[in-house]
Amino acid sequence: MSVNDEINALVTRCDVGGGEGELDDLTVGVKDNISTEGVETTCGSAVLEGYEPPYDATVVERLKDAGARIVGKTNMDEFGMGTTTETSAHGATRNPVDTDHVPGGSSGGSAAAVASGDVDAALGTDTGGSVRCPAAFCGVVGLKPTYGLVSRYGLIAYANSLETVGPMARDVETTARVLDIIAGPDERDGTCNHGADDYAAAVEEPTADVTIAVPEELLGEAVEDGVRAKFENALETLRDEGATVQEVSMPSLEKALAAYYVIAMGEASSNLARFDGVRYGPGGDGDGWNEAFADARASFGDEVKRRVMLGTYALSEGYYGDYYDKAQNARALVRRDFEGVLDEADVVASPTMPLTPFEIGEALEAPMQMSLADATTTPVNLAGVPSISVPAGRADGLPVGLQLTAGRFEETKLLRVARAFERAQ
Amino acid sequence: MDEGIDAEDVKDASELARVTVTDEEAEEFVEEFNDVLGYFETLDDVPDDVESEGDLENVMRADEPEPSLPQDEALENADETEDGYFVGPTVS
Repeated sequence: MSVNDEINALVTRCDVGGGEGELDDLTVGVKDNISTEGVETTCGSAVLEGYEPPYDATVVERLKDAGARIVGKTNMDEFGMGTTTETSAHGATRNPVDTDHVPGGSSGGSAAAVASGDVDAALGTDTGGSVRCPAAFCGVVGLKPTYGLVSRYGLIAYANSLETVGPMARDVETTARVLDIIAGPDERDGTCNHGADDYAAAVEEPTADVTIAVPEELLGEAVEDGVRAKFENALETLRDEGATVQEVSMPSLEKALAAYYVIAMGEASSNLARFDGVRYGPGGDGDGWNEAFADARASFGDEVKRRVMLGTYALSEGYYGDYYDKAQNARALVRRDFEGVLDEADVVASPTMPLTPFEIGEALEAPMQMSLADATTTPVNLAGVPSISVPAGRADGLPVGLQLTAGRFEETKLLRVARAFERAQ
Repeated sequence: MDEGIDAEDVKDASELARVTVTDEEAEEFVEEFNDVLGYFETLDDVPDDVESEGDLENVMRADEPEPSLPQDEALENADETEDGYFVGPTVS
């Protein structure tokens, strides 16, 4: 068994695309929840075992048209629900930097494939941090684009109002090159109708006079000392590059994680209703419609069952106002806080994750602790703004990520600041 | 924290969600459900009159027929089909 097999980043190997084009020098991995025509796509779940989509997602079509060689589907937490890539029906992915640790999640296979050199770039999806967390944990670059910049057509939905498809690579320039190809309007996704910029061409341009806001709420007790030290170093590096750093307060961030989970679980309970074993995936047994469906869906893993049932509960009559309405109001406050801060500053900075990668098995024992680790990444999805994780060194031998966030459709500025930081490292 | 939810409530939610869970699983989920729902109480003091801005607009296309996924391709992942239809469980 090779080292890369032990990492378990790719769950299905394939070789599609690869003609001439702007990305013909790149091999790419595609997360297993993004449809690839004729190539098994399971969302890391037993309920989609054997499913081969009859069509390509728009992002896959665009990669192929650009000459990228798609060499495999990357492992993920089942339906994107997790922070460690341990809940996959295909088994856990391991962190290439230290195989006793998780790669982060839910796009852990994409990050691990990039970090180990299995691929040059990968697509992940980010609903509450699922591109940025594994990028930080594996020491690579991961971008969550503005909601509406990249088509979600062919992405198997988990929480539509939050999720985005984003590129991951070992450097900012490659990340920007992939974004150049996948971004831009798609008539098959009604939320995707914003023009794209020329990202890769712009990343080397200077970034003088950048103002960086650091929300105190993202530097609380949950942040480990080693991570905090690397973050302070990162701010120093940015200051040396001419940036002005200012501390700000965004009180709504205290409510963001709870709001995120209410909304994500609610949307998941509705989205995952389609997995009934009739149109795709193994069918269930039982006397009658409800029994057979419930049996087919018994193959969901624990985390998926938990979120689907909690989402159902939170949306049920009598509880809706307590949970969902409150969460939507909190979401509006988070958006407003980001808008307010980004009116004054160019980017918001924080550690991507408050801690270094968990040991394998550690988070499965404590699902609530795993969820709390998403506190720095989830607010970004509520606000729909773009955000990137860039490597910022290591603490105790494990990678730490710097998270930078800009205003809606300001990817060019975001990538420029990220590149300036990367260059100065 | 008060025990808001018991195994019976978990079973009710599982039936609503059409997800079979065993009695043992339901017992295991009780504590986790209470942890999560307890955490949701963070939202209790969120004001309920927040104005959310409407920067979204409808995207329309002309209402003209266009080709969609061919029937045979739509059916190719189904366990069982008959005369161009999916075969589902019996509706009792």
